[in-house]
Amino acid sequence: MIAILDYGSGNLRSAQRAFERSGAKVVVTSDRDVALNAAGLVVPGVGAFAACMRGLIKVGGDEIVRARVAQQRPTLGICVGMQIFFRDGDEHTNGELHKGVGVWQESVSKMKAPILPHMGWNTVSITGESNLFNGLNDQSFYFVHSYAAKAPVGAAQAWTTHGEKFLSAVEDGAICATQFHPEKSGDAGLALIKNWVAML
Amino acid sequence: MALSIRIIPCLDVTDGRVVKGVNFTDLVDAGDPVEMASLYNAEGADELTFLDISASSSDREMTLDVVRKTAEQVFIPLTVGGGIRTVEDVDRLLRAGADKVSINTSAIARPELIAEIADRFGSQVLVISIDARRARTESGFEVTTHGGRQSAGLDALAWVEKACTLGAGEILLNSMDADGTRAGYDIGMITAVRAISKVPLIASGGAGSLEDFAAALDAGADALLAASVFHFGVHRISDVKKYLSAQGYSIRTNTAV
Repeated sequence: MIAILDYGSGNLRSAQRAFERSGAKVVVTSDRDVALNAAGLVVPGVGAFAACMRGLIKVGGDEIVRARVAQQRPTLGICVGMQIFFRDGDEHTNGELHKGVGVWQESVSKMKAPILPHMGWNTVSITGESNLFNGLNDQSFYFVHSYAAKAPVGAAQAWTTHGEKFLSAVEDGAICATQFHPEKSGDAGLALIKNWVAML
Repeated sequence: MALSIRIIPCLDVTDGRVVKGVNFTDLVDAGDPVEMASLYNAEGADELTFLDISASSSDREMTLDVVRKTAEQVFIPLTVGGGIRTVEDVDRLLRAGADKVSINTSAIARPELIAEIADRFGSQVLVISIDARRARTESGFEVTTHGGRQSAGLDALAWVEKACTLGAGEILLNSMDADGTRAGYDIGMITAVRAISKVPLIASGGAGSLEDFAAALDAGADALLAASVFHFGVHRISDVKKYLSAQGYSIRTNTAV
């Protein structure tokens, strides 16, 4: 069973349907035990870094993610859900950083690009051995964001360029994350979700 | 590779149905929004836009249902515009499955609405739709209301700057002079707006020939929205993308996976 963590961020029903296309049973939940014990946990995220962290902490999501990392239980962060896995982020701050969950000890910062948000379909280039992008090397995925991580973490990475090169996906043992929205990336996104479910 | 240009078909919706002369030979029921969304998705649409043209609030409820059904079956970004006046209207649409909303008249009437929506949901959900035409204003372009029939008393470039400052995530620029003519986008207007805005720019109004699409991109548009040329089958989305690809533009070409 796959749990999509409901912490007040984004529309979860279309995400649920996208994950159901893989054939898996999917629940949308903010229940701690369900989220801790699900075969796979999806942490979505729409909006600002700090607002997402506040919502996540409210349902104990930061502890749930850390516990799943410690037990190496499959967990997937999407968009801001990926960003809050990092140590901190500087979205809408005046120098002071917002703390993230801290799965990865790197920062999320504003992208240097002439036009932001980075909105639309872009390609990825893979470094390392990826399961997530199995058969999907030449596909495009849908991005909507102005902030990103730029340092490599994990065993395999996907990189995308918009103004500058940034981290568009990470595979780190049982913990995966995508800066793009697989649930909004058409057939390529559904195929990536299927790859993730096959890893559970 | 770089960020691809986006081709966005726009569908008018009311009473739970897609309306306004849609003319597909290969559709069983041209009015079914999910069926149309699926067809455009299969043709390579990079996003979909629904424009709610409902006259009554009960019709608007039906639109939520259309959004819900579409978002649960077609997994590409969906923007909904029309009749959005409050943050609560936005909340309802996002919960139904819209990824972005576009506002037009309500932002002119009360510009703070832009900041209210951006603060609550983030700029990335908010498209500011501007119906503009050539006029004797400072920039030579003015904002109109009522489908281009009335002047809003606003200079179009000044309005773009204000909307961006308040938190617009994207600008949808409709040329009321070019709209429906199929004589080409208003290139001068696109160039002028591009020069002063740092958010993505969607050009709309006037698409006719394949060269028109390329000209709008050259003028600085990031995305191209069109209705009638797609609905009436003048061009298929796949043909537009094939043409633009051959001209060297970066387009999304997802192979079957």
